[in-house]
Amino acid sequence: MTSGVDLGRPQAQTVGSDEDVVRVRQLVRTVAVAVRLSLVDQTKVVTAASELARNTLVYGGGGTVEVAAVDNGRRPGIRIVFADTGPGIADLDLALTDGYTTGGGLGLGLSGARRLVDEFDIQTAPGQGTRITITKWSR
Amino acid sequence: MALSADESGRLGELLASRSEQVTQRWTEIIAGQLRGRLSQAELVRQVQELHRALVDALSKGAVDLNAEDATELRAVLADFSRGQARQGFSATETATGVFALKEALLTALDNDQSVATLRDYVAFSALVDQMGLFTFETFVRTRESLIADQAEQLLELSTPVVKLWESVVAVPLVGTLDSARAQVVMERLLQTLVDTGSPYAIIDITGVPAVDTQVAQHILKTVVAARLMGADCIISGIRPQIAQTIVALGIEFGDIATKASLADALRHVLRLTGVETSRRQPRREA
Repeated sequence: MTSGVDLGRPQAQTVGSDEDVVRVRQLVRTVAVAVRLSLVDQTKVVTAASELARNTLVYGGGGTVEVAAVDNGRRPGIRIVFADTGPGIADLDLALTDGYTTGGGLGLGLSGARRLVDEFDIQTAPGQGTRITITKWSR
Repeated sequence: MALSADESGRLGELLASRSEQVTQRWTEIIAGQLRGRLSQAELVRQVQELHRALVDALSKGAVDLNAEDATELRAVLADFSRGQARQGFSATETATGVFALKEALLTALDNDQSVATLRDYVAFSALVDQMGLFTFETFVRTRESLIADQAEQLLELSTPVVKLWESVVAVPLVGTLDSARAQVVMERLLQTLVDTGSPYAIIDITGVPAVDTQVAQHILKTVVAARLMGADCIISGIRPQIAQTIVALGIEFGDIATKASLADALRHVLRLTGVETSRRQPRREA
């Protein structure tokens, strides 16, 4: 459930370490500034990207992140895809519950990230890896 | 292609007998590319040391750089490239410094054009290549360790704990708060609380670009740890965009006091400790 036309080439970043999570944040911030997101929305999308990139690293065992500027004809926006080939999520509803964690965190990353963006799409199955696409539109 | 024992002996003799000519030409070539960034005396000393170590290794019959007899040569080369790396020379300049030996030797060969000489020269050239690669590797290792040192220094630098007032300490956090830094911050803060006996600590996050759940968790853990030691923590420097993000994420700071600015936090603590802050009456003009 995503809409809009891609603008320019998406930029990819592999996620294999904590430093890569920082790089993802910087990349997302650069693109968010380029598509003229407000300061609040920049912070929200950067934070969401930080959560999901860390999930990719910690639970997915590393993966890739693609950041692209998009446009739905009315507003520009930023779209980010997080993909890993890890164990996948068995119970998605449970994983999206506030406070549920299997890794000792606060259990707010996945559910919180969903609240921080406009569009949130997740494709996952046990053993099939996880692919999350988020979009934030400029207001 | 390694040198034969014969060849290394011959080359050792040649280098020893033409010592002055070779080192002079070698120094000239290096000096040409360094363009005065290293003093002539220092350069001559380095080249002579390299030359001496090389002649030494060859006369002992070293056939390649990994040989037992070349231990000292390796040490001198390592010293040379470490020095270059520390002084900010590029990897190319460092390696070329060694490769220049080939040209220097060529001048020492005069116009001897026999096939045997050519064979010796090619064999020697392989040894110089080995030396160059070794230099290159040492150079890279030195640079890497320099970077690691700097990262560590930065970690130390970026987490000061400052005393703001009698019984009030503050930690101004700047940059990314990852697990390693969070650990350093917590240790520093707890140690300072013990050293100063301060009952209040302010954690200022004005300089933290993004507060995600991991950062929040690190801060919460630090606050809880400080509480266990009997100190109260106030979190300050929460900008509007950070506040909105924290709300959307669903992070709760519970009963931890939070303030928009460091000044607000200090005022809050001073009030708690009973220090009066009052504005001085503006003086009236008569």
